[in-house]
Amino acid sequence: MKKFINNNDDFLKESLTGFGKAHSDIINVNLDPSFVSRKNKTKDGKVSLISGGGSGHEPMHGGFVGHGMLDAACPGFVFSAPTPDQMQAAAEHVDSGAGVLFIVKNYSGDIMNFQMGAEMYSGKNDSIVTNDDVAVEDSTFTTGRRGVAATVLVEKIVGSLAENSGSLEECKKLGEKVNKNAGTMGVAFTSCTVPAAGKPTFDIGDDEMEFGVGIHGEPGRKREKIQASKTIVGNILEAILDNLKPEKNEKNLLFVNGMGGTPLTELYLVYEDACQILQSKGIQVTKSLVGNYCTSLEMQGASITLLKCDDEILKHWDSPVHTAALRWGM
Amino acid sequence: MSVSFLISQAKSVQKVIDENSAEIEVLDQKIGDGDHIFNIQRGLKLVVELEDSIKDLPLAKALNMIAMKVLSGIGGSSGALFGTFFMTMAKSPDLDKDVDFNKACEMIISGIKAMKERGKADVGEKTMMDVLIPVSEKLNELKNESEFKSGLNEVIKIAEERMLSTKDMLATKGRASFLGERAKGHIDPGARSSQLIIDTICKSVINN
Repeated sequence: MKKFINNNDDFLKESLTGFGKAHSDIINVNLDPSFVSRKNKTKDGKVSLISGGGSGHEPMHGGFVGHGMLDAACPGFVFSAPTPDQMQAAAEHVDSGAGVLFIVKNYSGDIMNFQMGAEMYSGKNDSIVTNDDVAVEDSTFTTGRRGVAATVLVEKIVGSLAENSGSLEECKKLGEKVNKNAGTMGVAFTSCTVPAAGKPTFDIGDDEMEFGVGIHGEPGRKREKIQASKTIVGNILEAILDNLKPEKNEKNLLFVNGMGGTPLTELYLVYEDACQILQSKGIQVTKSLVGNYCTSLEMQGASITLLKCDDEILKHWDSPVHTAALRWGM
Repeated sequence: MSVSFLISQAKSVQKVIDENSAEIEVLDQKIGDGDHIFNIQRGLKLVVELEDSIKDLPLAKALNMIAMKVLSGIGGSSGALFGTFFMTMAKSPDLDKDVDFNKACEMIISGIKAMKERGKADVGEKTMMDVLIPVSEKLNELKNESEFKSGLNEVIKIAEERMLSTKDMLATKGRASFLGERAKGHIDPGARSSQLIIDTICKSVINN
């Protein structure tokens, strides 16, 4: 393992402290319990959005705290859900009286810890669960689909509604709509290495890829030989389109997300391939996002997310945002 | 059950988990993401370190402190589930009186029931509950028996059989559920760590 690390026990604390200093104009970092919150207090009457999850997916979620997105984020240990006391402390810190909406990715550990945090928090609160990964079959009898990159889109779009006086109920409803309208699938070329483990999470051959990989390096649908980008992108899009079934006149946001170890050069190539394939199917792409937003440590690979957009979603996507990782319009 | 019993068990469990850590880590890398063993080890270390602050406390308070430490110090599913376990045990009535075998069984049974509700997982879903639920059912049969030591040998056996039975299961809950057929052929890491905990504690009770 080659990583910038001093010692394992301090890994997260040192990284969070650095994050806090680097973005001290936007956020504050609280340690023990750990949470990232906006530098400026949430204005009275604004619903507070709190997300969180295991670390190792940076900039998600701390990088999305700021105007127009989250009010706070609770980072767990690398790839482990945060703990209820973090959610409780974050909620108490940011709630301005209009209530708290927890945005939770669909993993058993996250669900349980956020539920306990919500039970421990005495103020008004509700939560939404993202589950956009089409690589996994959905079912009410199982844990169901994973929550992955579309969580970024949910946080941006619901964040805008909250900034524009949306109520807790309205924010929850919009979040659920964005989640339902989004589909994601990822592919990995290499594994990632959890610092505490010191070795790669999985073995993968030089000429292999994991199709449908999760954001913690969990195996996906199948292991295949690597193919041309157009073929990989075509297979990913086929899985997403099967699931989302967008109409020809519908507008869409195309989000190409890097897993952490793939250069932007390649991510833009993936974007171009995806645009061409979608165009050939008569599917309109009107909004874009390309970059490393929901990562898996140093994993090489990418995910593609398609989000079907109505006017409400488009309006809230375009509205101003000012966070460490996303900034436009202000 | 007493505070000193809890501390000595935590130390024995810590030793056994450390000895088997490589195996559990590999199991989790096969069907999960490899964090389970680190979470369990971190949790045990935190609980063992509590010794000085809980050794003179009443049982209910000590259990509550263990619960909060586990809940805030572990993270992941294990933290929420084992935190719920200790929190529920701490709420048992009459903890200021002597806690005999019968009472201890009732506490463990109620703790496992709360874990089942928190995780919404039942037997057959390839999780730690595949070990814990049958163990809880057996303890329910045993709790009023005077010859419980021979019964604990059966608990050890049940835990091992049920741990092994997760190998051929499809996972429907937890992180392995995302794998479908590919989760088959691997023992669930949570079932393995839970079985090791049960095994260690039962053996220690039998030998004392």
